[in-house]
Amino acid sequence: MASPSTRIDDGRDVDSDNSGPMREKLSVLIVDDELLVRKVHERLVSKLEVAKQVQTQTATNGKEALDLHLSGSSFDIILVDLQMPIMDGTEELRAMGVESMIVGVTSVDAGADKEAFMEAGLDECLAKPLTADKIKSLVETLEKNK
Amino acid sequence: MERNNHLPRQVALMRQSLFDQGYLDEQFVQLEELQDDANPNFVEEVVTLYYRDSARLVASIEQALDKSPLDFNKLDSYMHQFKGSSSSIGGRKVKAECSQFREYCRTGNGEGCIRTFQQVKREYATLRKKLEAYFQLARQAGPREAASRST
Repeated sequence: MASPSTRIDDGRDVDSDNSGPMREKLSVLIVDDELLVRKVHERLVSKLEVAKQVQTQTATNGKEALDLHLSGSSFDIILVDLQMPIMDGTEELRAMGVESMIVGVTSVDAGADKEAFMEAGLDECLAKPLTADKIKSLVETLEKNK
Repeated sequence: MERNNHLPRQVALMRQSLFDQGYLDEQFVQLEELQDDANPNFVEEVVTLYYRDSARLVASIEQALDKSPLDFNKLDSYMHQFKGSSSSIGGRKVKAECSQFREYCRTGNGEGCIRTFQQVKREYATLRKKLEAYFQLARQAGPREAASRST
């Protein structure tokens, strides 16, 4: 199975106008009310070699995520914990016109709500714990949809 | 400069036994992989956050178990959080006891909840003790050992 980091075919044909197939920049917003989870997910994303520059930011709830967008920030991927007591912000972000890939992060036993969340505007749903591979495949999807 | 050149091996053995005896699972390895020279204490920092979260949740659950009648939704919600954070650090046995507790919440079995909570606390205390001993030994062995892992 080919992995993104070894995909070398026609590197220059990939949309990057610099050398190599690697993305220039990836910005990720991590929305979760637990510090432990924010810390782990932020580190996980930062350590990925999926772009020349990987930027991460965190928010503790949907409202903070919205405020970040209102103040002009934008992100390639937004990882949203779907079990937060305060709103996750997905519907509101979509209403604002946010086009980022919004990925819900759930615990495994949250199956029933998944459909409702997808209807609210999620692009994907991933089960905790997040892993490097899961996030890499999100970036692959991003690249494909360009 | 190694005062005791058996330490690295002791650290590796202690670490392996945590997996062999089922206290830790693959998620702990995922955390170790996030540790590097720039973040040499990452795993211990995360585990410390886990202790902090756990203390808060255990206190909340204890309080909730004192009430009558029991609010199973509340209990389940707290335990869902506890299971989640235990899962985040790879606490396999704690996670299993949490699941058992949640089963009793689902069936409204108060006695089962109370009984299982004792097991949750026991497993948590054991895990914490073992992790504290492990990190202490790893620190003694030197930063290189704290950041390394054996397969």
